[in-house]
Amino acid sequence: MGRGSSPPPPPGLGSGPGGSGDSSDPATPEIRSGTSRGDLVYRWVLRGISWSIIALFVGLIVLLVQMSWEAWSHYGLGFVFTNQWNPPLEEFGAAPFLVGTLVTSLLAVLLAAPIGIGTALFLKEVAPTRIAAVLAFLVELLAAIPSVVYGLWGIFVLAPLMREDVQPLLSRWLGPETFFANALGHLFTGLAYPFVLIGSQFGWTDVSLSILSENMQRLSQGLMDGPPMGLGLLTASLVLSIMIMPTITALSREVLATVPDSIREAALGLGATRWEMMKLALLKTGRAGLVGAVLLGVGRAMGETMAVTMVIGNRNEIPTSFMHPAQTMASVLANEYGEASGLHLSSLAAVGLTLLMVSLIINLLARGIIRYLEKKA
Amino acid sequence: MRGEAGLRAMQARDWRRRWHNRAATSILSIMAVMAIAPLFFIFVYLFIRGAAGLSWAFFIELPRPVGESGGGVANAITGSAVLLALASAGGIPLGLAAGMKLSERERGPTSQMLRAVIDLMTSVPSIIVGLFAYAFLVVPLGGYSAWAGGAALMIIMLPIVARATEEILNLVPDHVREAGLALGLPRWKVTLMIILPGVKAGLATGVLLAGARVAGETAPLLFTAFSNQFGFRGLDQPIASLPVQIFTLASNPDEISRQMAWTAALSLVFLVFIVNVITRLLLRRK
Amino acid sequence: MSVTTTAAEAAQSSKALSVQGLNAWFGDHHVVKDVSLTALRHEVTALIGPSGCGKSTFLRCLNRLHEEIEGARVRGEVWIEAQGAERLNIYARDADPVRMRRRIGMVFQKPNPFPGLSIFDNVVVGLKLAGVRRRVLLEEAAEHSLKQAALWDEVKDKLKKPGTSLSGGQQQRLCIARALAVRPQVLLMDEPTSALDPISTARIEELVLRLRNEVTVLIVTHNMQQAARISNQTAFFLMGELVEAGPTSRIFTKPQDTRTEEYITGRFG
Repeated sequence: MGRGSSPPPPPGLGSGPGGSGDSSDPATPEIRSGTSRGDLVYRWVLRGISWSIIALFVGLIVLLVQMSWEAWSHYGLGFVFTNQWNPPLEEFGAAPFLVGTLVTSLLAVLLAAPIGIGTALFLKEVAPTRIAAVLAFLVELLAAIPSVVYGLWGIFVLAPLMREDVQPLLSRWLGPETFFANALGHLFTGLAYPFVLIGSQFGWTDVSLSILSENMQRLSQGLMDGPPMGLGLLTASLVLSIMIMPTITALSREVLATVPDSIREAALGLGATRWEMMKLALLKTGRAGLVGAVLLGVGRAMGETMAVTMVIGNRNEIPTSFMHPAQTMASVLANEYGEASGLHLSSLAAVGLTLLMVSLIINLLARGIIRYLEKKA
Repeated sequence: MRGEAGLRAMQARDWRRRWHNRAATSILSIMAVMAIAPLFFIFVYLFIRGAAGLSWAFFIELPRPVGESGGGVANAITGSAVLLALASAGGIPLGLAAGMKLSERERGPTSQMLRAVIDLMTSVPSIIVGLFAYAFLVVPLGGYSAWAGGAALMIIMLPIVARATEEILNLVPDHVREAGLALGLPRWKVTLMIILPGVKAGLATGVLLAGARVAGETAPLLFTAFSNQFGFRGLDQPIASLPVQIFTLASNPDEISRQMAWTAALSLVFLVFIVNVITRLLLRRK
Repeated sequence: MSVTTTAAEAAQSSKALSVQGLNAWFGDHHVVKDVSLTALRHEVTALIGPSGCGKSTFLRCLNRLHEEIEGARVRGEVWIEAQGAERLNIYARDADPVRMRRRIGMVFQKPNPFPGLSIFDNVVVGLKLAGVRRRVLLEEAAEHSLKQAALWDEVKDKLKKPGTSLSGGQQQRLCIARALAVRPQVLLMDEPTSALDPISTARIEELVLRLRNEVTVLIVTHNMQQAARISNQTAFFLMGELVEAGPTSRIFTKPQDTRTEEYITGRFG
């Protein structure tokens, strides 16, 4: 916008280009000849508002820290990994919720990312323009549906479906004592073997191998264990994936749109098929942006509250099976915050702070990746 | 190109490549269908279950005690309107201002920090915003209130409006601003009187979409505005809202409440969809 | 209007590319009107004309890139040499555009190396797509094309560096090498030097002259001096029509159509 590089305005012209100057450079005098007073007021109002917003955000974090202080001083940073949550006994730890959040978000992204990116590719390369416009609009509508409505649909439509049809099926094919579970257990053990071998050089004994093997077996047997309740980790992950898929699609479309047409044409000109062109020109070029889009999807999934609260079953323990009910950081806040006090309240605030930090870090990561991409282009 | 055997190999390869291409394209189409399918799935159910409870009474009456039939969600509708108004009163002007500041593309510390903060604010989970508003406005003032709910919603609305404003302002080519400056107008007049009116439609779109998004928020209201079975009782009292009402009704075990939840959800989604369609039309006219 | 050649010329070289009755549309907009043109082997044909006259669109029809745009249509025949004396119509009903494009390479106005790939990978990407896997073959082909494109000496020590790390002129030569690596019979160049500085332009003109021996070149250019410098045959386009085509020396000294003369002498365009 011509800042700083434009010549000073000729006298008598009021404020010309560059009149308000580089307002944030401390070396530049704030008031230049030719700057109108209205401009000063305008600049200061904007700056005041900006600072208020920044203060608001900082205040948010500070307040959260203050609210959670009691919990942090009581448990230390290990609170995040402590596996307990017993309000009557005043024992708290965020681990069950951390696991719940991570598992649901990652599973949701695993489902939503390929479909989201695939849909974006479809809209850009495969679909005729008119159909693409309609489909894009429909995806936008999906994104506009409020979380609580997803939750409602989740409880009364998806959960019964899961309970009656899907989960029994999963239990039969992937549940304990099936071929799948046994094979998985052996796979886990096999993968862990080299580590144990190396460890034995450092003093681990063979006992550890059998313990590890036992636990791996147990884990694999338990993946789809449990009565089909309909509510639980799996259902919550499914609802989440439906919710974040439009976000990933929209962001991926933006990323793909930045690939210049001439790159696409160069690929076609070399005799590439459509799909080869997509791989070469779009996916390869847009790699970083797509990763950023997926990360933002993960962030969104982690922050989702209502839909998750309504279908996850609300059990404050680390789930060991996808069929088990669980709890995420967001959902425990929604459930228990209203009536908590003292250490309970403070622990909840600590969970909230943890959630906030994780969300912010993911957002920063995604921004960093996108900025890296822009710098390379 | 490389001899007879090479030619046959090349033809085989070509066939394989063509097959891969067709398979990939089909898979992409299937993915697109999978992406859209939930929309119909959800919408159909919303309609089937929700339409049954539609009636004038539903929108005009206050809720009856749990278990009694009849009643409506009038309290939630007015409550949502009040909260939205409160949120917009702060969110729109502040968001606009932030967007204008960001579009100035300055390189100083204020702008950098503002940009980072606005970006980070969009990733703050809405329930955390609710926690903040609770600690800031509910605890000190001694109770749930519309103020607190409105404030929480405002915090959510602000970055959305700011981002949209910045994007729209960035679309205005530099020469428009320069033409205004060349007329001898001060910078602030150019912005407020020439540029902003010119992007009215785009700004309206951004604001409408932000409002629709905020109108559907539940989590931040859970411990700020809370809920109210009665109509508007004052801004310093707890107040109902459509999303929270849906949540409460869905959590009740009786069939009447659940039916009302569906109908309320249908109404909410309908409103949100209308706003989306309106913004589409607005954009097309531009 | 087709090109008239003397019997001697016809006997000596064969037609590398023969366009017959080519028409192209953008929706209802008729942008290439019934153009017929022949390019002989070992020749450089320049396509000149004012902006918007359809010469670039015509070029993109020759490698079937035009039809990739939604709403675009093409009618007509474009014959190229196939194995030995055989000829192939790239617009034949059963012709696969993907395969046809391997025989006809294209260099674009703005250099466009693939961003994710190294210099080496950029050059051989066409070969890899065609199925060539053996490292040795790829390296040989890369060296050969980079030498053809007069880029080998400058990049031979940094083949792993990203393609985008080169200067503009180098990037364009990289794109030329990339197109040449699949050994096309015809090379299409769409104003390849218009985005480059004079020195890079001169180098590319030099290499086009040398390439003549190995590929038939059709080059769209805005720059009449460039056309005069490097082409054997020049075709003048105006509003979608091929007004006149013939030996370059004749077109520039004794054009047969007044419109050609007006353009050449700068009365418009």
